[in-house]
Amino acid sequence: MPEILNILDNDLGKNLNNDDFNDDDVQNPVEPFLRSDRVPHIWCPGCGIGTTVNSFARALLESKIDLRSLALVSGIGCTGRVAGYVKLDSFHTTHGRAIPFATGLKLANPKLNVVVYSGDGDLSAIGGNHLIHAARRNIDLKVICVNNLIYAMTGGQTAPTTPDHSTTSTNPYGVFEPSFNLPHLVEAAGAVYVARWTMFHVRQLTRAISEAFHKKGFSFIEVISPCPTLYQRRNKLGDGLDAMKDYKAKSKVRNGAPTSEVGMTMTGEIIVGKFVDRERPDYQTMMRAQYADSLGERFVEQSEMVCS
Amino acid sequence: MAKGRVSIVVERCKACGFCVEFCPSHVLALSSAFNSKGYHPPHVVHPEKCSGCDLCGMYCPDFAICATKIDAKRADPAKGGAK
Repeated sequence: MPEILNILDNDLGKNLNNDDFNDDDVQNPVEPFLRSDRVPHIWCPGCGIGTTVNSFARALLESKIDLRSLALVSGIGCTGRVAGYVKLDSFHTTHGRAIPFATGLKLANPKLNVVVYSGDGDLSAIGGNHLIHAARRNIDLKVICVNNLIYAMTGGQTAPTTPDHSTTSTNPYGVFEPSFNLPHLVEAAGAVYVARWTMFHVRQLTRAISEAFHKKGFSFIEVISPCPTLYQRRNKLGDGLDAMKDYKAKSKVRNGAPTSEVGMTMTGEIIVGKFVDRERPDYQTMMRAQYADSLGERFVEQSEMVCS
Repeated sequence: MAKGRVSIVVERCKACGFCVEFCPSHVLALSSAFNSKGYHPPHVVHPEKCSGCDLCGMYCPDFAICATKIDAKRADPAKGGAK
């Protein structure tokens, strides 16, 4: 944490209120996307999830998406709380079931842009099977996976993404099991857009989210984010700001890198960038093609059968 | 002459220090005063250096800070920040 400057010595111990620093006529550009009555949020000081929401809101601004055609689905966990803080149609599903819910939403109303916003524990552990099958079927979902390398909300247990040799509450002598390399997993399963950024790369993350909105098919964006309360503290890696400096020093942009080489280690470099950007027919296109092929004249397009 | 102006909602701040660390022109510092939750929010120490790039706003996890560019023609020198 930066040294607290005693420039305002006469303010020492004084309680501030918003009038001290604030200009009432200036509004934060992301304010229209937030349920302001629920802010300040519950995320810890130094946690990066708020920054990813900030980038997400700015990506919505940039890509000029109609907010009425957007739905956000999240699972359980720290990142699962995002659904409660954004002023969008959002749903906070049961643990691991964000992708199945989003799949149903997309199939019932194909005109919706469906975003799945969840954590690594929710998406890759309890929801791991749903993740790979949604990627295999290439369902048109935008999945934003905030990877804080641990199960944070439940007390810092080892997650499938926890890197080797780190210490967690369930592995006090060090993690010995190999961790998931999520970009490699979803690329192998069939995702059409795979990118990884850390929360230090706010502009690149914003651009990646906007790009994913213009992509048809399963898009997966992994965001590496610090957990100062559990992961950083238990591994003596400092606070959120130290994690950010670490990301700045250790991340290396390699767009198009083979995803088999982008696995995370505890102290090694973090390969970031856009790894996969390819075209594949999505689930509904394949479904229509198959039915038109096998049913011929009898296949009737039911495009109007949507909830509105 | 400042090109931008920072505005801070002190009650939302959790003093993570991202804005102070990553401001390219070192406009901010953590204050010694407290908000009602006991955190030290940032304050502007070099208002004249602000370029209005809004990087502080992009990094803020608590939506507590943002910077806006000052329109040079319409800037009112009487207001704080536009010195």
